[in-house]
Amino acid sequence: MYAQMIKSEASNEDPAKLEAFQARIDAGEKIEPRDWMPEGYRKTLIRQIGQHAHSEVVGQLPEGNWITRAPTLERKAILLAKVQDEAGHGLYLYSAAETLGVSRDELIELLHEGKMKYSSIFNYPTLNWADIGAVGWLVDGAAIVNQVALQRTSYGPYSRAMVRICKEESFHARQGYDAIRAMAFGTPAQKRQAQDALDRLWFPALMMFGPSDAESVHSEQSMAWKIKVKSNDELRQQFVDQTIPQIEYLGLDLPDPGITWNEDRGHYDFSEPDWSEFFNVIKGNGPCNVDRMADRKAAWDDGAWVRDGLLAHARKKQAANLAAE
Amino acid sequence: MKHEWPLWEIFIRGQHGLSHRHVGSLHAPDAEMAVKNARDVYTRRNEGVSIWVVEARHIAASVPSEKGPMFEPSESKIYRHPTFYDIPDEVGHM
Ligand SMILES: [Fe+2]
Ligand SMILES: [Fe+2]
Repeated sequence: MYAQMIKSEASNEDPAKLEAFQARIDAGEKIEPRDWMPEGYRKTLIRQIGQHAHSEVVGQLPEGNWITRAPTLERKAILLAKVQDEAGHGLYLYSAAETLGVSRDELIELLHEGKMKYSSIFNYPTLNWADIGAVGWLVDGAAIVNQVALQRTSYGPYSRAMVRICKEESFHARQGYDAIRAMAFGTPAQKRQAQDALDRLWFPALMMFGPSDAESVHSEQSMAWKIKVKSNDELRQQFVDQTIPQIEYLGLDLPDPGITWNEDRGHYDFSEPDWSEFFNVIKGNGPCNVDRMADRKAAWDDGAWVRDGLLAHARKKQAANLAAE
Repeated sequence: MKHEWPLWEIFIRGQHGLSHRHVGSLHAPDAEMAVKNARDVYTRRNEGVSIWVVEARHIAASVPSEKGPMFEPSESKIYRHPTFYDIPDEVGHM
């Protein structure tokens, strides 16, 4: 998802404390910043929330790419508002991570040094306007499935950030669907572009949920601590089930010949994404990894003088106020 | 120079005459910028009519491990609640 392949930490602390902590989680209590928590819980959360925050911020790049080229002024205002929301989502999540004793600047540095990751999905390009519709519809749609579940996560600040984010996300998915719908019902050329965007982004969207839990060594502890609330496969299935009728409404072809309704399971069957592609993208070899990181670093470095200047100004004003007292 | 902007806690009054409520936090160089940033981040959809910002380091809080001695004493004082008292039906609503 926005947090994929999060390595969870084991804890070797006082068993009595660990047990009491687990009991609180099992009872559905929220853990708050100053409560006692196992080091493994803290570290896993920092990793997960940090990666989630990075994804929100890096996720602005593929869409920001199209703000100046949106087809109408209305679409431009909508996309701008959507991308601005994502900056806010990054902020809520960095703030949640900061309650665990790490600073936002530290997290950003770890990202820039390649020591932290962001979602694989943002390493794919947005080649044309149809892709912007497809991103809102599929990528934010997948994110919503994950984030709705995470509202029930055990860490209070993370859960509250998710509640806030979910309130804003449905606008994202709906504006995306609205944009792709205009193309699917438009000229034949527009419809072809909509189909092409769906075909290219379908499997990368499925990869957002991460590999099957059967292969994931990190899931079990995270589930016990309710850092994760639903399994990767469960979430992926939920996304597929909700999206296929939406594709059918658009009159587009299904992006995977393996998609069939399975009467016994009460779910759609579908083909597995190519996981070797996923691991390759995660490793840094996706189509846009290099560009994304270069853009992030440039934004950070080029903004340094503004951050420093505003701080220097604030300090000067404070000194003048003190002198006047 | 490499200094992080201080952290501010943001409180917003919703439209319905309620108290200011904590909504989240953000970094800003000073109070004025904190208010402006809070406007942009936390009131983009008519969530508020007034903003307070407090630098996080100025907030003092109770200690979680002292939750028991701090809050349990009120549990036994059930006579503080109106339901503790039986008012005869004949008296009517009180
Ligand atoms: Fe978001
Ligand atoms: Fe979004």
